[in-house]
Amino acid sequence: MNLDDEEQALLAGERGSAVQQAIRLQVSVGDYFGARDMVRVGSVHISGDVEELGDAGVEYLERMGSLGASCVVPTLTDPRGAEFRGARLRQDPAAIEIERRTIAAYGAMNFRQCNNCIIYQTTLQPRRGEHLAWGDTGSVIYANSVFGARSNFEAGPSALAASLTGRTPRYGFHLDGVRKANVVVQVEGRISDLAEWGALGCVVGRQMRGYWDVPVFTGLEDEPDSDALKHLGAALASFGSTAMFHIAGLTPEAATLSQALSDARARRELIVPTGGLEEAFARFDLPFGKVDLVVFSAPQLSAAELASVADAFAGREVHEGVRVFVTAPSEVVAVIEADGVRDRLQAAGVEILVDVCFYLMTPRLLAALNSFSTLVTNSAKLANIMTGHGYAVKLRRLSGCVDAALRGVAD
Amino acid sequence: MNGPTTLVAERSLRTSVTGPALVSNDALSMRYDVDPETGIVKRPDHDLFGHSIAGRILVFRQTKGGVATGWALLNLLSRGTAPIGLVCDVANPVFVQGAVLAGLPIMDGFSPSPRECLASGDIVEIDGPQRTLRVLRRSHAT
Repeated sequence: MNLDDEEQALLAGERGSAVQQAIRLQVSVGDYFGARDMVRVGSVHISGDVEELGDAGVEYLERMGSLGASCVVPTLTDPRGAEFRGARLRQDPAAIEIERRTIAAYGAMNFRQCNNCIIYQTTLQPRRGEHLAWGDTGSVIYANSVFGARSNFEAGPSALAASLTGRTPRYGFHLDGVRKANVVVQVEGRISDLAEWGALGCVVGRQMRGYWDVPVFTGLEDEPDSDALKHLGAALASFGSTAMFHIAGLTPEAATLSQALSDARARRELIVPTGGLEEAFARFDLPFGKVDLVVFSAPQLSAAELASVADAFAGREVHEGVRVFVTAPSEVVAVIEADGVRDRLQAAGVEILVDVCFYLMTPRLLAALNSFSTLVTNSAKLANIMTGHGYAVKLRRLSGCVDAALRGVAD
Repeated sequence: MNGPTTLVAERSLRTSVTGPALVSNDALSMRYDVDPETGIVKRPDHDLFGHSIAGRILVFRQTKGGVATGWALLNLLSRGTAPIGLVCDVANPVFVQGAVLAGLPIMDGFSPSPRECLASGDIVEIDGPQRTLRVLRRSHAT
């Protein structure tokens, strides 16, 4: 890789050992992918949930902090795995301890701890063409696809490196050619509920062949709003490892279908026929009667989504024995405190988990500690992950989720 | 299994390792499909369900899902449950980032796929600088 004078100085250790380790990691990754040079990034979004970090990860963070590492670009944190805002949940003490150590290490490096996976809705809207080192797959796919910003999936250690150097290697979705679509997805039929947008991401994501596949959707009759795009993207990333999509006529690098398409890459065509989304709902439809959990999470909810959930309960209350959780960052909770939605949710018996995402909360231990087994959700991404953690899961539209919450059973 | 005994990768780190292969035709998430305490694949519908990836050169289709793999490999390494090398058809950058952090050899981009030329138990060599994957000994199972 071509490194400028400043980068050479970082590599030589002139800004300390932590920064030196950071740029070494970046150069190795850049070499692997044939990066020509580094690009400066506008911001960093860093993830590191407690289970994933483990002792080894948190020790690494602490070591970097103790070496005097500090962010040189705005560095925002992803949701936590431990809830400190009064959740009525038995949480794993070891997970809480790792979370506390992570918070301290992030603090030492001056990260902005917003604990938020929807920063693109609440906090930080990148501009078109801005290079980023974002590290939540949902935030990356949204930034690339909807804003036309440029980021790869930057995992925790890689995002940390970018935070300390202010740069990232120029490969993947920083390059024009990689951003072009190679898969045309013809969508027939209508899409309304957010769960259906997630289901579309599931059905298409499962047909992607990895990170370098970029789908372009065409034929959509329904225009997605920000929350719909968020669920579509999160599910695509979860099921397909996908980092970018286009919607012809709607997203910024797809004024037309032909503008979005790659001339250089072999092209595939997919059709999602009318009724084709039912495949996703059927995939997550394990037979169970009694519902332990109804969870709205993954990604965290916007104020608009929380208002929709409150509206759907329409003054009715959660059935005895069912726990209904929503997750949101503090910034969103402040909004729903002000506009009365929080009170309506709480009156219905809906519990608000703050600054966490449900699947980050050591799901297997959480299940054991709280006797959770069956889960209904409107998020295809959450359904995917919780199935992997041994929960029996049903994917339902908002009305189906609320129905399960009110009756305590799911059809 | 037959096919060429030496395959060339499009991309590789410069590190090398030799050991037994564990071959999977499924995508794998180090974060969600593997029990970090044991290295055993815990996802019921996975073709490696019940098998441990610890100490193996993992040969698989592609990485799955999110950014979590970035820390996951270091975590597995610290518990002694990590694979010793990683070979996939297509590597997600997150996986490469995590492999660099954990110091594990990794390579991707092959034709034909190593999954078609290797069987679990084959002793294989990842030669990072040469970007080659070489079969040193076929397992007697095949």
